[in-house]
Amino acid sequence: MTDTLLSLAGIFLRLSLLAFGGGNTVLPEMQREVVEVHRWMTATDFASLFALAQAAPGPNLMVATLIGFRVAGLPGALVATVGIIGPSSVLTMATVSVWHRFRDKPWRRVVQAGITPVTVGFVAATAAVIVKAADVNLALTAVTAVVAGLSLATRLHPLWLLGGGGLLGVLGAG
Amino acid sequence: MSDAVITPPVAHAKPTTAALFMGFLSVGIIGFGGVLPLARQMVVEQRRWLSGSEFTDLLALCQFLPGGNAINLAAAVGLRFRGPLGACAALAGLMAAPVVIVILLGMVYARFQHEPLVRRLFAGLAAGAAGLLVALACKIAAPLWRRPVGAGVAVLCFVAIAALHWPLLPTMLVMAPLSVLVAWQLRA
Repeated sequence: MTDTLLSLAGIFLRLSLLAFGGGNTVLPEMQREVVEVHRWMTATDFASLFALAQAAPGPNLMVATLIGFRVAGLPGALVATVGIIGPSSVLTMATVSVWHRFRDKPWRRVVQAGITPVTVGFVAATAAVIVKAADVNLALTAVTAVVAGLSLATRLHPLWLLGGGGLLGVLGAG
Repeated sequence: MSDAVITPPVAHAKPTTAALFMGFLSVGIIGFGGVLPLARQMVVEQRRWLSGSEFTDLLALCQFLPGGNAINLAAAVGLRFRGPLGACAALAGLMAAPVVIVILLGMVYARFQHEPLVRRLFAGLAAGAAGLLVALACKIAAPLWRRPVGAGVAVLCFVAIAALHWPLLPTMLVMAPLSVLVAWQLRA
């Protein structure tokens, strides 16, 4: 149990500092650790937990709490949650006072311009990894395509689109 | 922008630690599908802790640094008004309701995940969540159409993670400095 909690802490403390561009960039790494390295669950389970976290309110890193809970109950949820928010929060606090001084410096724009494409690539990889895990048949692939299309073409709230996906699953797509 | 604009309006008292907790608690509870717009509404429009430009400046830092953007924002706003204790209060407020709700959902899922109906529901939910991610990737990739070098970097990162399954840390340690270097060479 202690070993599991330490493993969880190690994973999420590290992911916290790697999550450039927000929580979605680290999902493939999270899946690699949880599914391939530690074999705590299948890729399909991971996709389900991700969906569950998306259906809940709160920041989009709530999947960490769910994974911790799934792997080691309430202590696991606590360790994973503190792990994923801790290091990045401390870094933010350490940086916020000096940030203002650099706000108009040209290098800030250059670094931002350099990081953006990396973030885009990682988020696209996250989409690919989750699509691969979630879309186990043609009907579910169609659900993903329709939801993606509607999200791009309309201003529908994401919760409606998630709910629509769930409904289509119940009606037979799953 | 002068310093006068970014100084908080004196008419409004500094939020207490409890107010920071309650403010971010209200954001966490109703923050379905993205917390940031709600956080802005609460911090700038309702409680007037920060001006719009102060908020945007803090948000730029929070998006620049690793970690969840809303989480970093809570830490930064809390720290600004009440130091590390304020940051902890804001973070605890933001996370409290979502953590409880997500654990309850996890319990329900663990209890019923083998029921055929629940399995189909979650298969559909996961497919929907995947679709939202595809759309998100398309949206943030759109500005790169006019930046072929940036698009190339994005494709390399995509292939490294999605196709080659490289670990994130080494990939990032190679690609991020490379990309910043290229951006430095290309700067106008």
